Amino acid sequence: MIYAPRLPRLGVFDVWRDAARALASNDVAADSVNWAMEEACDTLFGQGAALPAARAMTVPKEFIPLAKLVCASRATGAHDLLYRVLLRCRNTPHLLNNRADPQVQQLTALAKHVRRDMHKMKAFVRFREVTPQGSNRRQFLSWFEPDHRIEELIAGFFVRRFADMDWVIVTPEVTTRFDCGTLSHEALASDRMALSDDTEDLWRTYYANTFNPARLKIKAMQSEMPKKYWKNLPEADLIPDMIAQAEARVLQMQQTAPTVPPLRAARILGRLPARPEQARGQKPD
Amino acid sequence: MAKMNLQEKLAVLSDAAKYDASCASSGTTRRNSAGGKGLGSTEGSGICHAYTPDGRCISLLKILMTNFCIYDCAYCINRVSSQVQRARFTVEEVVHLTTEFYRRNYIEGLFLSSGIIKSPDDTMADMVRIARELREVHHFRGYIHLKTIPDAAPELIEQAGLLADRLSMNMELPTDAGLRTYAPEKNAEEIRRAMGRVHERKLAARDQTHSGRRGAKFAPAGQSTQLIVGADGANDATILQSSTRLYSSYKLKRVYYSAFSPIPDSTAALPLIKPPLVREHRLYQADWLMRFYGYEATEIASATTGGMLDLTVDPKLAWALANRQVFPVDVNRAGKEMLLRVPGFGTKSVARILSARRNGALGYGDLTRIGALVNKAKPFITTRDWSPGSMTDAENLRARFAPKPEQLSLL
Ligand code: SF4
Repeated sequence: MIYAPRLPRLGVFDVWRDAARALASNDVAADSVNWAMEEACDTLFGQGAALPAARAMTVPKEFIPLAKLVCASRATGAHDLLYRVLLRCRNTPHLLNNRADPQVQQLTALAKHVRRDMHKMKAFVRFREVTPQGSNRRQFLSWFEPDHRIEELIAGFFVRRFADMDWVIVTPEVTTRFDCGTLSHEALASDRMALSDDTEDLWRTYYANTFNPARLKIKAMQSEMPKKYWKNLPEADLIPDMIAQAEARVLQMQQTAPTVPPLRAARILGRLPARPEQARGQKPD
Repeated sequence: MAKMNLQEKLAVLSDAAKYDASCASSGTTRRNSAGGKGLGSTEGSGICHAYTPDGRCISLLKILMTNFCIYDCAYCINRVSSQVQRARFTVEEVVHLTTEFYRRNYIEGLFLSSGIIKSPDDTMADMVRIARELREVHHFRGYIHLKTIPDAAPELIEQAGLLADRLSMNMELPTDAGLRTYAPEKNAEEIRRAMGRVHERKLAARDQTHSGRRGAKFAPAGQSTQLIVGADGANDATILQSSTRLYSSYKLKRVYYSAFSPIPDSTAALPLIKPPLVREHRLYQADWLMRFYGYEATEIASATTGGMLDLTVDPKLAWALANRQVFPVDVNRAGKEMLLRVPGFGTKSVARILSARRNGALGYGDLTRIGALVNKAKPFITTRDWSPGSMTDAENLRARFAPKPEQLSLL
């Protein structure tokens, strides 16, 4: 008999957990289960057989947080692998601590990718202000393209941080709204939005000036801030020029002769409390 | 001089602040604004919201309150004898930039430092006002790092510590003699005394909490300092010795190493060399070994040449190459301290090895899955199915790790 649980775009973990509990507690082998997202709508297995009634079962406590992450993964076979490891956990309670186990290693790698995706979303979401005239709460809007289905996992971070304003984060598949203190998600297909606001100029000024041209390390930058994020970052289009001019700027610093201290320097230094004379031996000019 | 607008001031005052390497925003208390009042949160690990082409992370809005300064530190772009353009933010301007950047998710908070205007006390008082305005008027729950001025009155440092997550004071030069020469107005003893006071104040805050009364948190993310590398003649062994002293005496969270880099309008007193970035990197690695791997500064120094770290191989590998008599290490039996000495094994791999080997003896392939750098480790370990044979003591072992010399290109 083949079971074919279908996972929705929102609330995927809850649906996966209920199905996995029903199947695993009845000892259904992994090869008899075909996991798929609803949207994939393959007809080969259709809905599959009706799930058996769940019986009580326990899992190691590290399994739940890991499963929440892996459920959000877009990697092929993620939900299947998760189920296989769940089955093995029943007889090997410490399985998840054994990183030398190939399936555990694969599963933690999947979780790591999701965690990294979440981290990058925390870092690279950029809000633009869209407060309408007369509104008493400020409103902000952002467009972001995550690699995995992390919108629900990440929303709490933005709620804890930006609770005194209204905000909307739009991704290609989900729109997350925080409106007067209430969070909601909607599965909604959206096209990329090109957004900007006035404060971006100040931010770009900061970005350009906090850069030290004498220490160019382009690879280090790109490994942490891959190019795929650049199109939504207001500062990123400055990068090519900053790199191109770096060498010339350093050369110029080196070639410019030391300047004569401004007149007020001597006056100000003279007013400071006396210090041992020899200490100033190395004074320039 | 025409009045500068906010953008012009920001350009000058962020340019002037960038020589401070620290941008950390981690390790403070957890806070959030989910109640609907106030703005911001801190959740343990910091976030880098952008990277500049110098590979550095932007986590904080790192600016000077002003770059006017009455001191004359030779390595500093803001010294009184420099011709650099001067600017000064108002309290409101700093608050505006911090909160507006924060709302757009550009930053985790503010790192405020300043040139010394009028007197150390006046300057520190203005910085404290900015932090207070952020915390008490705007209920800002993000991260604040204040660069404290060692000579400022203890009451001001007290207030700074109650408002900020982190306090720092920069030693800048690794030796007292260097400081006397290049920063004649500064006093190494005074800086250490001030660090000592902050450390004691932190301990006091902790004791209060233990005795049941909730003491106000004092600089919960600790204090840090920065040493400039390559401006004076101090060698790496001396620098690491200074760091050890700072870590042990004042329990600093971090010592930052900043390769001296040419600044606009520099003095004739300092070399305008390319910043020694590799050297800086090796110092960070050595610092890491001292803090998390149980190495003593003297052990690291014993594997240097004339007190300078090897630039071609990292300090852990350098130590292993110089101490081959203790290798190979048996991955299935060795204790944690010894596993931590194996090149290619990080703290995480070691923790995983210790827990995985309870399920049975580990082989070579298991180490790869665990995430260890097995290629690097293999001359130094034995496993269930691997022994390095004569590899450990081979003459050419160092050459195996040193990068290939660059190809000469024909003109
Ligand atoms: S005190 Fe020295 S290091 Fe600090 S801003 Fe003034 S000149 Fe620069």
